Amino acid sequence: MNINYQQSRKPPVATTGVIGWLRMNLFSNWFNTLVTIIVAYFLYQIVPWFLNWSVFEADFTRNYLGEVIIDRTGCSRVADPENHSGACWSIIIVRFYQFVYGFYPREEVWRVNVVYFLLVVALVPLLYEKFPVRKQFLKFTYIFPIIGFYLLYGGPGLEIVMTNKWGGLLVTLVLGFVGIALAFPIGIILALGRRSNLPVISMICTLFIEFIRGVPLITLLFFGMVMLPLFLPEGLNMDGLIRVLVAVTLFQAAYMAEVIRGGLQAIPRGQYEAAQSVGLTYWQMNRKIILPQAIRITIPSIVNTSIGLFKDTTLVVIIGLLDLLGIGRGALADATWMGLSNEVYVFVAIVFFIFTFSMSRYSLYLEKKLKTGINMGAD
Amino acid sequence: MQKNFFSDEKTRGILYQTLVIGLFALGIYFVVTNTAYNLEKRNIATGFAFLNNPAGFDISFSPFLDFKSTDTHLKVYYVGVLNTLLVSVTGCIAATILGFFVGIIRLSSNWLLSRTAYAYVEFTRNVPLILQIILWYAILIQLPRIKQSIQFLEIFFISNRGLYSPRPIFESNFFYVNITFIVSIIVAYIIYKWAKKRQENTGKQFPTISVNLSLIILFPLFIYFISGSPINLDYPVLKGFNFKGGMVIRPEFIAMFLALTIYTGAFISETVRSGILSVTKGQREASGALGLKKNWIMRLIIIPQALRVIIPPLTSQYLNLTKNSSLGIAVGYADLVHGFGGISLNQTGQAIECMAITMATYLCISLLISFFMNIYNKSIQFKEK
Repeated sequence: MNINYQQSRKPPVATTGVIGWLRMNLFSNWFNTLVTIIVAYFLYQIVPWFLNWSVFEADFTRNYLGEVIIDRTGCSRVADPENHSGACWSIIIVRFYQFVYGFYPREEVWRVNVVYFLLVVALVPLLYEKFPVRKQFLKFTYIFPIIGFYLLYGGPGLEIVMTNKWGGLLVTLVLGFVGIALAFPIGIILALGRRSNLPVISMICTLFIEFIRGVPLITLLFFGMVMLPLFLPEGLNMDGLIRVLVAVTLFQAAYMAEVIRGGLQAIPRGQYEAAQSVGLTYWQMNRKIILPQAIRITIPSIVNTSIGLFKDTTLVVIIGLLDLLGIGRGALADATWMGLSNEVYVFVAIVFFIFTFSMSRYSLYLEKKLKTGINMGAD
Repeated sequence: MQKNFFSDEKTRGILYQTLVIGLFALGIYFVVTNTAYNLEKRNIATGFAFLNNPAGFDISFSPFLDFKSTDTHLKVYYVGVLNTLLVSVTGCIAATILGFFVGIIRLSSNWLLSRTAYAYVEFTRNVPLILQIILWYAILIQLPRIKQSIQFLEIFFISNRGLYSPRPIFESNFFYVNITFIVSIIVAYIIYKWAKKRQENTGKQFPTISVNLSLIILFPLFIYFISGSPINLDYPVLKGFNFKGGMVIRPEFIAMFLALTIYTGAFISETVRSGILSVTKGQREASGALGLKKNWIMRLIIIPQALRVIIPPLTSQYLNLTKNSSLGIAVGYADLVHGFGGISLNQTGQAIECMAITMATYLCISLLISFFMNIYNKSIQFKEK
């Protein structure tokens, strides 16, 4: 009798563990393998080069001879360009004070530090819902702008520091946070106005929103700089920073309004009708029923719009305000540090990246949280 | 039932609106009187007569119009509009290609590839555009000087003054090539309509794409050679300290183009990705079950449905790119804002007129883009019968 033994099967291809993961995600077929090799080669060219430039071959406070760097000639890549090409971060380190505070007087700088600290105290309970004693802290968040302004600008008991002395990160943060904080309520008003039943109000709001959204921010900044002084009575000289803030806030409010309008449209008609049938007035209905729901579903978009505003604050360098980028350009215009533009721009880019990337992560976290909140009953 | 004047919704509405109109009119009156007073005080004449005065400055980059410093401010405006449109249109096209490419790559099953694309998107989206423009410009002007410029095939030269390339000179016979090109596009459109109709009626397919492509490319090429190759190339030659002949693309334009493309491309890739993800898995499975080939599934099922989701945000990205092109002022690219809204404004002092014209132009461009994209959007939306 001839027995045909069945051949034993090969063990299944690993789909778990490190090998399995590599096979699934990097080498699943010949094409994928080719792509992996090409991308890996490309990264091998770029990443070590960048790390060498920015860290391993870079100067921080001392150059390759061990001397402390005080100007561009001390940098290894300037002193000995044949053998050294690494970054020279000394320009940032030497001018670090300017990058963070601008030209704020050194003896008063504790005020800025207190504001930076209070900003964190004001923001954490606002952003993190599970914060203990959140309600009490939120009260502080509401009065923080007044305290912050008093500390930064001065007033009774504190020496006045004019805004033209402010600079660097301070201006960037002031523009970003004040812009967002003011644009939000104005945006709500504009959004409600655009959806209003009163034709005149709806028309004015629509025209305003569409006009602002149709022109670049830079033209609005020019508007604030060259046209606003012509529109106002002669004696009224507005501070340069405030003029810019007006332009930035109006710009942001128009975009914020459209985001909130999207949220308002998403609220079902029944909510409006139910609120009206229990006898709420227009403002009561919006404050208690409609807006809380509309804002809740648009928070991620609001954060995204805020990221856009935060990045847009850099445009003020064009009209001569010294924000983070402006301080950097100022450092490059100085003969002692000329030619180190790569270091300055990469540094400013990294600072912005840290802020905006954490904001976008926060927006993702909110999105996830809201999704689970809404779907709780459904699945 | 008590009913006073204020509790009636209609009268209240009218009251509010009258109040708003009144405040609005008061505000305008306030602004106009102040402006008139301020202008008179500073001896600034209003009106658009300044547009015909000679500009008195040079514009280094004006590829379409020949600009001399004796030309008028009106011509500065034209050059500005053309430069804005040039960088916006080329940027939109390049950003769309890059965005679609990266958006599809981000959905790749290859972990390394999709992560690399993700890193690109996050790094470019989270750094201010103006910083990227300045950074690109700083890198471009660190390129070798003209004498040591990098060469490709001895016809392209890259240096810190920009990219020098041969300039095509069209002879009069080239007219025939243009005519043939237009005619072949019209014929291709007719073939497309005819093939579509025939397929709907009979089910017979026609290789429209390959036939039309070869028609549009080969036919003008044929005429080109018949009419005796009517394009001559003017090569750039290094003479002394600069190149003679050829044409040059300035680093300002290259920096703007690269930064706008790379920045907007990252945003477009996100909309493309979410668009493709919005097509449910069932669609893919159903078309697979019908026996469609893989690339057909993409072309006939996935892309048309994804486009409906992609087009509205894509429109706003085009609008953003066009408005962001105004940042050329940071590197001295002579666009509308830098040339007309900046230098002309400073020279003439006509702040209101210059800003009003600049803003109105941007509004028009924005409205035009919205208008055409809305038409396109309507044409691809799901039509319920």
